[in-house]
Amino acid sequence: MEDPLALVFLTAAATLRVATPLILCAMGGLFSERSGIIDVGLEGKMLMAAFFSAAIAAVTHSAWWGVAAGIVAAEAMALLHGLACITYRGNQVVSGVALNILASGLTIVWGNAWFHRGGQTPALEGQGERLLPLFFPRAGDSILVYLALLAVPITWWVIARTRFGLRLRAVGEMPLAVDTAGISVAWLRYRAVLLCGLLAGLAGSYIAIAQNAGFTRDMTAGQGFIALAAVIFGKWRPFPAFGACLMFGLLDAIAIRLQGVRVAGLEVPVQLIQALPYLLTVFLLAGFIGRAVAPRAIGQPYEKEH
Amino acid sequence: MKGWYVSLLALVASVGLASVNSAHAQTVKPAIVYANGGKFDKSFNEGVSNGAKRFTAETRIAVADFEPSNETQFEQAQRRFAQRGNEPIIAVGFSQAVALEKVAKEFPNTHFTIIDSVVKLPNVQSVVFKEHEGSFLVGMLAAMASKSGKVGFVGGMDIPLIRRFQCGYEQGIKYVNPKAELIANMTGTTPAAWTDPGRGAELAKGQFDRGVDVVYAAAGNTGTGVLQAAKDRGKLAIGVDSNQNYLHPGTMLTSMVKRVDVASYNSFKAMQNGSWRGDVQVLGLKEGGVDWAYDQYNEKLITPEMKARVEAAKADIIAGKITVHDYMSNNACQ
Repeated sequence: MEDPLALVFLTAAATLRVATPLILCAMGGLFSERSGIIDVGLEGKMLMAAFFSAAIAAVTHSAWWGVAAGIVAAEAMALLHGLACITYRGNQVVSGVALNILASGLTIVWGNAWFHRGGQTPALEGQGERLLPLFFPRAGDSILVYLALLAVPITWWVIARTRFGLRLRAVGEMPLAVDTAGISVAWLRYRAVLLCGLLAGLAGSYIAIAQNAGFTRDMTAGQGFIALAAVIFGKWRPFPAFGACLMFGLLDAIAIRLQGVRVAGLEVPVQLIQALPYLLTVFLLAGFIGRAVAPRAIGQPYEKEH
Repeated sequence: MKGWYVSLLALVASVGLASVNSAHAQTVKPAIVYANGGKFDKSFNEGVSNGAKRFTAETRIAVADFEPSNETQFEQAQRRFAQRGNEPIIAVGFSQAVALEKVAKEFPNTHFTIIDSVVKLPNVQSVVFKEHEGSFLVGMLAAMASKSGKVGFVGGMDIPLIRRFQCGYEQGIKYVNPKAELIANMTGTTPAAWTDPGRGAELAKGQFDRGVDVVYAAAGNTGTGVLQAAKDRGKLAIGVDSNQNYLHPGTMLTSMVKRVDVASYNSFKAMQNGSWRGDVQVLGLKEGGVDWAYDQYNEKLITPEMKARVEAAKADIIAGKITVHDYMSNNACQ
């Protein structure tokens, strides 16, 4: 085995690689949820963004157009969610689930019609079609990894220190008060949902064109839900949520390394290692984190009194 | 009301005519139910699909197919094809065995073929492969190509079948270099393990970080992530089932080819000329069911010595001078 320093570096890099989409998604979810809009549809937004970023990158041979397309796709999904939940005051969980199903089906249908590869997009091989590592080729530090790290303090600053953030928090706790002050509840919530779309779009693009080289069906593999769990785990605050994402990433990185390791002559079973992150989650949630209190008005559509 | 009766009559008549026609022409109506991973996984399922394409190109008979999105759809899909009169119906993958056993009993006059598992019924043909023999050969190549003496393996779902790949591979490695170290990972324990290239890439990178410089992916669509990761890091990779050498020329050392395309083609063809039998076919190196891939995409990576040594071992296995242990014979490697 190589020296411990290299091991630490490589484990940290693996952690960040896995955690990047979670962090971006969790920060997006945070904006949405703090404004009172539950976002179960993170997964669907990310998947849609992954598909469009891979497809457009393959067609235009430019990773940047891919990222742009990913953001636009996720924003479209976010607007749909906003339309259903804010304008038409529908059930937010139902809308989110519907978006997930929609994304899972539509990406394959469109992919099939467009590229005739059973819903996959062509592999990104050419120069500039993917976001490649910037400084450490072994670590896989594409620009989106740094962007994800930057997103955390920015999210904190926006939510905790700006006027917009104050109003955002208020609208998630007591929309009536915000409305009484003459501020549009709907517009505030729309902005929050759009911010969520932007970040989920970046997360999806990362999965499709930085981590992988192309889109395959259902490639987000439940990461949107893990990000959502991280938001709740972090009690709807940016830095604790970031910590939760890192923890999930670290557990995953360690789980990969633990596989096939022999402890006292017995091979560690794959099943146990796979269950480890979830076991720890239950353990930590039950023992250390304590009660997670959601924004008070979360999930309730706001109806203006006439 | 009268118009309705007329159209119903017309419908009945046309259905009747159609069935008479098909009975008269004696044509086959083949169908395939794919495994998780999908028809375009560039590996296992795609091999079956290629066999079907060849059949269609030669006979102009269309092959119906179904790509299930989860395991519960296997039974429905098999039954629906049987009800529609499709046959033979190929069930791809070991995970369809339980469903097929049930459906094949319900339709005793319909012929089924299962790949990668054995269902002992008179109307079911079972095609299984000696993956350990092919994996032995690519294991030899991996050990000869490795400079670090550490080679990797990424499996899909943790099932005995995939352990059989791993075990054969390990024996091939040790045959060349008894001191070589094998680092093996399984992607998961559910069928989702076949469709997660992101995790495949991550597992491969974890192995590269530990010094591995040749990795063998036996993981369906997840494998595409492993091969991609090898390309990104400039390491060597070994593909599986279909010949995947063309995917990344320069970093694809070889592929363990499992001729599932021949299995599907032969099944359809046998049905067409009436020689179809509900038996168990075990295809190894001798039968040409498995092999290692050597073509214009990897010829630069395979030295003449490597080639000669692998070919010699292949001849020895066929002649019975080397026996490759089968993991599934006793659920243990050795």
